[in-house]
Amino acid sequence: MTEQPMVRFDNVSKRYGSLTVLDGLNLDIARGEKVSIIGPSGSGKTTVLRMLMTLETINDGVIWVEGEPLTHMQRNGKLVPADLAHIRKIRAKIGMVFQSFNLFPHMTAMQNCIEAPITVLGMKRADAEARAAELLDMVGLSEKKDHYPSQLSGGQQQRVAIARACAMRPKIMLFDEVTSALDPELVGEVLEVIRKLGREHDLTMLMVTHQMGFAKEFSDRVCFFHAGKICEQGPPNELFGAPKNERTRQFLHAVLEAG
Amino acid sequence: MGIRTLVAMLVTALVVIGALATQESYKVFMPGLLQGAVLTIEIAILGSLLAIVMGVLAALARMYGPAPLRWLATVYVEIFRGTSALVQLFWLFFVLPQFGVTLNAFLVAVLALGLNVGAYGSEVVRGAIQSVARGQWEASTALNMSRPQMLRRIILPQAFVAMIPPWGNLFIELLKSTALVSLITLSDLAFKAQQMNQNTFKTIPIFTLVLLMYLAMSLVVTIGMRLLERRASLGLARGKAA
Repeated sequence: MTEQPMVRFDNVSKRYGSLTVLDGLNLDIARGEKVSIIGPSGSGKTTVLRMLMTLETINDGVIWVEGEPLTHMQRNGKLVPADLAHIRKIRAKIGMVFQSFNLFPHMTAMQNCIEAPITVLGMKRADAEARAAELLDMVGLSEKKDHYPSQLSGGQQQRVAIARACAMRPKIMLFDEVTSALDPELVGEVLEVIRKLGREHDLTMLMVTHQMGFAKEFSDRVCFFHAGKICEQGPPNELFGAPKNERTRQFLHAVLEAG
Repeated sequence: MGIRTLVAMLVTALVVIGALATQESYKVFMPGLLQGAVLTIEIAILGSLLAIVMGVLAALARMYGPAPLRWLATVYVEIFRGTSALVQLFWLFFVLPQFGVTLNAFLVAVLALGLNVGAYGSEVVRGAIQSVARGQWEASTALNMSRPQMLRRIILPQAFVAMIPPWGNLFIELLKSTALVSLITLSDLAFKAQQMNQNTFKTIPIFTLVLLMYLAMSLVVTIGMRLLERRASLGLARGKAA
């Protein structure tokens, strides 16, 4: 028996009015797999993450997490749209880091990291703080724990955001263009943390990125999206080294030229 | 205007009242006016508290409540925003008894003004909640918070800062509207002034004192709100300058 995929998109579509953003997406991601999603803007790649995080509803299909439906629930042997309680139960396995950090501005780095563990998981403050301290140490920001987001650089804020997401102990981490809002000299420190996370934790990671070099070095698999579909996917060496699809070639050519 | 200027204005108003009160022609009116001022302050404070409660409840009901509650809140806001406070006072005081519900004048005053200002306040609360960046909701969702947890811990603390200045305006509006309660038999500051004026025709001293008293009260509100704003925005602004 093969292992359940960690995440399964089963014929998932997303439309905004007459605009189809994702068109019958089928995608399985294995436990611990690191998958990068690349593609031109408007190709629906961010939507994939947002649907999985339940920030967007879907119009068709089912998303599964560890063999359980996320967007639906079983009732009398049939799949019906999930209620909030069901969504929250499954969603607990997923964490997300955003392009614009989205730290809570009225809380310090430490408070950002213990807020949800205390309110959502019901952890004791001391335990939550101990875990948060470890995570802030991992992202190299132990000394900044009492700083507010406005006192931190973009790279530091993003590293706190990664620690905050990790504090909920998700099995799946989503990274949505997490370096796109950063000054070039700050990109490296954030990528270094993600690299570390990939090594130290048995996390399933799904990232939308424009950092082709990082995608190539870090991921087990790269998916190239175009016009709401996976146009081509494969191991990074193959996809970057010998793209089969004409659109992939054009995209990589344009991106690598600019980079 | 800085808080210092406001405090200077308040001190000046109080000093002028004090100085005038030493004069024989003003002195006689002071006990009556102060009595009226106390009632005005009582109604203003209780009305403001009711307005806050109604404003927050109505805003949350309209934004997140189930359909019947949403509908109820909308009806409340539109009725109390769409009719004048004076008519609301009269209706509660003179019409409601016809249906067998008699409330005392003080209660009517607090209810009418609180409900009236609360209706405006709900729009303030709604606007402030909507002004919080969408990313804050999304980050809270990604951390698997429930709707009430998000509101209480993440959204409302940030919205609170944006609400303070408009609420300050509403409190002052409410304070001034208390003058209407003299029309439903209450002896507030405005009523006392009218009454003394009719008895003595000393228009200048009476209304000069009343003007200064209202000004002093509204300055207290403004200064209080400024201090609150400064305190509340401390966390958000901390380090911004660094």
